[in-house]
Amino acid sequence: MQVPAQFEYFKATSVDDAIALLTRHGPESFLVAGGHSLLPMMKLRLAEPETLIDINGLDDLAVIAVESDRVRIGAMVRHSALLASPVIAEHFPILTDAERVIADPVVRNRGTVGGSLCQADPSEDLSAAFSAMRATAVIRGADGERQVPVREFHRGPYETAVEHEELLVAVEVPILAGSSSAYAKLERRAGDWAVAAAGAMLRLDGDTVAEVGIGLSAVGASHFVAPEAEDLLRGGPATDDAFVEAGRLAARHCSPSADQRGPVDYKRHLAGELTTRVLRRAARRSRGEEA
Amino acid sequence: MTAVGEPGVQDPSVQIHAADETPRGYGAMKRKEDARFIRGRGQYVDDVVLPGMLHGAVLRSPLAHARILSIDTSAAEAHPKVHAVITGETLAGLGLAWMPTLSHDTQAVLATDKVRFQGQEVAFVVADDRYAARDALALIDVEYEPLDPVIDAKRALDPDAPVIRTDKDGKADNHIFDWESGDRAATDAVFADAEAADDQLVVVQDMIYPRVHPAPLETCGAIADMDPVTGKLTLWTTTQAPHAHRTLYALVAGLPEHKIRIISPDIGGGFGNKVGIYPGYVCAVVASIVTGTPVKWMEDRSENLMSTSFARDYHMRGEVAVTRDGRIRGVRVHVLADHGAFDATAQPTAFPAGFFGVFTGSYDLEAAHCAVTGVYTNKASGGVAYACSFRITEAVYLIERMVDVVAHDLGIDPAELRMRNLLRPEQFPYQSKTGWEYDSGDYPHTLQVALDKAGYAELRAEQADRRRRFEAGEPVSLMGIGLSFFTEAVGAGPRRSMDILGLGMADGAELRVHPTGKAVLRVSCQSQGQGHETTFAQIVAQELGISPDDIDVVHGDTDQTPFGLGTYGSRSTPVSGAATAMVARKVRERAKIVAAAMMEVSADDLEWNDGRWQVAGDPDASRSMADIAMAAHSNLELPDGVEGHLDATCVYNPPNLTYPCGAYVCLVEVDPGTGAVDVRRFVAVDDCGVRINPMIVEGQVHGGLADGVGMALMQCIAFDLDGNCLGGSMMDYLLPTSLECPSWELGETVTPSPHHPIGAKGVGESATVGSPPAVVNAVIDALAPYDVRHADMPLTPAAVWCAAQGNPLRPDLGIT
Amino acid sequence: MQITVSVNGESYVRDVEPRLLLTHFLRDELRLTGTHWGCDTSNCGACVVRLDGVPVKSCTVLAAMADGAEVTTVEGLAHGRTEADLDPVQEGFMVCHGLQCGFCTPGMMMTSRALLDRDPDPSAETIREAISGQICRCTGYENIVRSVQWAAAKEAAAREAADTESSEAMA
Repeated sequence: MQVPAQFEYFKATSVDDAIALLTRHGPESFLVAGGHSLLPMMKLRLAEPETLIDINGLDDLAVIAVESDRVRIGAMVRHSALLASPVIAEHFPILTDAERVIADPVVRNRGTVGGSLCQADPSEDLSAAFSAMRATAVIRGADGERQVPVREFHRGPYETAVEHEELLVAVEVPILAGSSSAYAKLERRAGDWAVAAAGAMLRLDGDTVAEVGIGLSAVGASHFVAPEAEDLLRGGPATDDAFVEAGRLAARHCSPSADQRGPVDYKRHLAGELTTRVLRRAARRSRGEEA
Repeated sequence: MTAVGEPGVQDPSVQIHAADETPRGYGAMKRKEDARFIRGRGQYVDDVVLPGMLHGAVLRSPLAHARILSIDTSAAEAHPKVHAVITGETLAGLGLAWMPTLSHDTQAVLATDKVRFQGQEVAFVVADDRYAARDALALIDVEYEPLDPVIDAKRALDPDAPVIRTDKDGKADNHIFDWESGDRAATDAVFADAEAADDQLVVVQDMIYPRVHPAPLETCGAIADMDPVTGKLTLWTTTQAPHAHRTLYALVAGLPEHKIRIISPDIGGGFGNKVGIYPGYVCAVVASIVTGTPVKWMEDRSENLMSTSFARDYHMRGEVAVTRDGRIRGVRVHVLADHGAFDATAQPTAFPAGFFGVFTGSYDLEAAHCAVTGVYTNKASGGVAYACSFRITEAVYLIERMVDVVAHDLGIDPAELRMRNLLRPEQFPYQSKTGWEYDSGDYPHTLQVALDKAGYAELRAEQADRRRRFEAGEPVSLMGIGLSFFTEAVGAGPRRSMDILGLGMADGAELRVHPTGKAVLRVSCQSQGQGHETTFAQIVAQELGISPDDIDVVHGDTDQTPFGLGTYGSRSTPVSGAATAMVARKVRERAKIVAAAMMEVSADDLEWNDGRWQVAGDPDASRSMADIAMAAHSNLELPDGVEGHLDATCVYNPPNLTYPCGAYVCLVEVDPGTGAVDVRRFVAVDDCGVRINPMIVEGQVHGGLADGVGMALMQCIAFDLDGNCLGGSMMDYLLPTSLECPSWELGETVTPSPHHPIGAKGVGESATVGSPPAVVNAVIDALAPYDVRHADMPLTPAAVWCAAQGNPLRPDLGIT
Repeated sequence: MQITVSVNGESYVRDVEPRLLLTHFLRDELRLTGTHWGCDTSNCGACVVRLDGVPVKSCTVLAAMADGAEVTTVEGLAHGRTEADLDPVQEGFMVCHGLQCGFCTPGMMMTSRALLDRDPDPSAETIREAISGQICRCTGYENIVRSVQWAAAKEAAAREAADTESSEAMA
């Protein structure tokens, strides 16, 4: 069996403690949450941190809190908890849809929302879903908290706005009255990373699109979003033709790479197809035609 | 997607042979081995810990083809927990740098001159624990000079292709063998005739059966314990063939065979992956000799997928001569076989392409011929290693795919086309045009049972309706119905025509009946999950009239069991099962003499009735096996020349292979917008002759069907043109989960094998062999609106979508 | 570093390297070899144990992370040595032939037990979803689903019998 190289290990007792440990142990110290992205990398010796700071004990980060106009999802909320949350299902079906297809049930018991976002894999699902929702990342450092829109959170593959001596503590998702959302992922097999995935949030004003967010994953969409498709829809009619056209725009403006999941033209096609499908579904949900 | 019925509702027609009572002989019963497995008390190789045991780890090549310029092991040797670092140079000093393969080729144990595939073994570290051994690998510095690799098998024989096997004197190309089967002239004549006739045609299709890996859940490994005092080597190892391994170690390492004991404990799945001898095993043996302590080596998953025996990798061209009214006259096949860097396939000596000669399938032909060319490439070696019955998997895929292509071209329903061409029951025993004698079967009946069970006509009607809606622009999925009818040939030998490295394919059994009537059976085959401890006890129980609970089955230890070739190619029941029945009959005959002495009658007056020897016509005068066993060990006077006790041995040399068959119907839904395939139903009707434990037989079929879905839809080991393996972990090499597998619907027909002592045929690989073409045929059928005639496995969403666009993917190479 | 882990109700204190994986802690330190491993990438689920009641893949959890926690392994499923002490899930796997080589079985049973603890009457679909992160190479999953259904039915019958008994006692 593959095993990690040696490292020092500390259990953080609080967020401040975690930040202090990061500061003390320098750039070769890594945070570990669920560990389901980091530990496999360490076993392959692709990551060899000198120090691991375990934040699994930070229970105050494992809370889903409903505030008046937003839901605050702690970074240490496990995927399984997000999937099981009735509050999330009520306000953000896109997240419930996404969680259903992230890894597998046993991995979801361990993996965390914050861990997934900070790993920043280009095929990660929650990044696309939160981007569609225009969520905000809450990052804490020694000087206090700062807020970064999720659409500015990703700096590139495996790179985020979280600096070394900082911690992602929560994601805040705005509650938009009258909106609905959906997520769809195409995978080669249950539990696989996405071949392509799309998420959409829609707020309809009668038959008009009042607000829209479209997230894409695994297709090389900058910041996991499809702004051209959003611009097309916003203020326009919420018709099937418009959703198809939005899909076409999303496909045109993403830049997938070929791998064993498929060639470029196929992934581009999927970006469009899935975008159209999630827009339709979000619209049906917001009209009460579908759960 | 549409779904039949309510979610979670089982098809009421599914046969469930679950049982918890112990029958006297055949029938469903709980497995004897399960008591330990469900408590976590199985003992697999990695569970074994010996006093003072050290741990080994293998350094592997990152490159597919490169000259080794230097290997610096000094830093690794300086690691405080490292005991030894072994390189090819070390082994060369012992004459062990190269070892023979199971196909009369040689294979590097640790590379000396150059590396020939990514993942090839370069050095072996021995350390106190597995973590330290892994750490030390990073301290070995190997300098490579990269060479151009040969990756695309179709370019392997190009005149300018780099030569891989420069170790072989005078080798100037990458050619391994040419092999043919059938009558070339007669076949060419049929094809020439068909080409000339207006009412006939020749149908041609190229297809690839891509490289796959069996990936048993337990990886391969070994613990070598060379006792420096007695000179005896005990090797705990993941092997399906412990006796063959013992002989091979004796031949390779020059160790006296009586000083080698192979123990194959519980095995976490084999599927052919654990037939061969891998360099890691040999390194563990050498390391134990060098250090004087036991050494354990367990490969990790990437090592398993990248370096141990793969399967398939057949590039095939099938040609069928057929009349326009659907009478198949002849089949002609050309195969390019990619065997990787070393020819290490495990098959009988006279069959370099395994039993691919069974490519004529289940059909009555006028003539058939195949030509197979084997080539070296810079990939891991292997070939026959995945529940394939020695390449019958490839043969069945070829013919069953071709039949569907013919049906497509002629516009004939594929079920109807098969019915018109299947062998008829009165043709058995049937001499095939490539020299095989099929023992028994009623093919049209078996196919009809499957069609009825599936509701074939109704499914076609539903499909027609769905296609109408699709063509009218409704957002519906595409429904596909796929058939396959397979004939297997399993249970090798006979020994006169089948051997592995000169070892004839016969198997032994020993049976002892203790004085109190409890018995111990010792067999040469080795279970990797097939339930031999139960099934073989049931065979003895049936023959001797005692309970299977009173019979222990011993296997997997060469010091405890008679010689035999082991478990692969579905040969346990056909060969060792037959040996078991025969040895039990020997005991029964001896018991007859004892019973006659007990009752003071002539043995000629006794008849075997309901598990007892009874005086003919007098049910009150009888003796049970327990009574007889006690008497056989007592001071009872026996006739002159009759030894006491009830022990016996037997070697079974099969007169022929057994020929199980089956008819499969697969129903899929294809999402035309994404290419995603959902297997909605799968009906499998198997005929494996007499079923000893139907519950176990059904379990074997279930597992093979999942394999078929996996290979058809997702499993594949592809390589990029630099020779990087693109399926080197379970993240990349996808195996089917519970969500891709439907609730299997099984049926059965029973045509006993006429030459097997209990009429049984092998079944372990039937479903793995038979199911892939059913799934592929179903997907291609679903794509009829796009007029797709063929697409290669694995039919991932991308492969399906690309095929529908008219740009089929090539599965063996990386997608670019 | 020193860790204290409760495994199957017994507390163990051990000095371990921080990098020691929970799988190896159980298998090598405690010699509880019923927990297997089959990949390295948390794909196969042969290593599933319950950590504070929750099924996790122990090849991707550090032993250090289990410090202070309660771990249950396959060895902790049965209440004793006799057949009557078996967990219904274990019985179900035997009766319905839910295992062949036995390598995935401990992980499958741990996940199934956890499923029945929260959903005593799962549908076949629910069972398939629950075990979808675990690979079985032998059974094609069908008999695993039946095994879990068998266990659920047995426990439902036991609950019903207990209810009848208590209502009779009350009457």
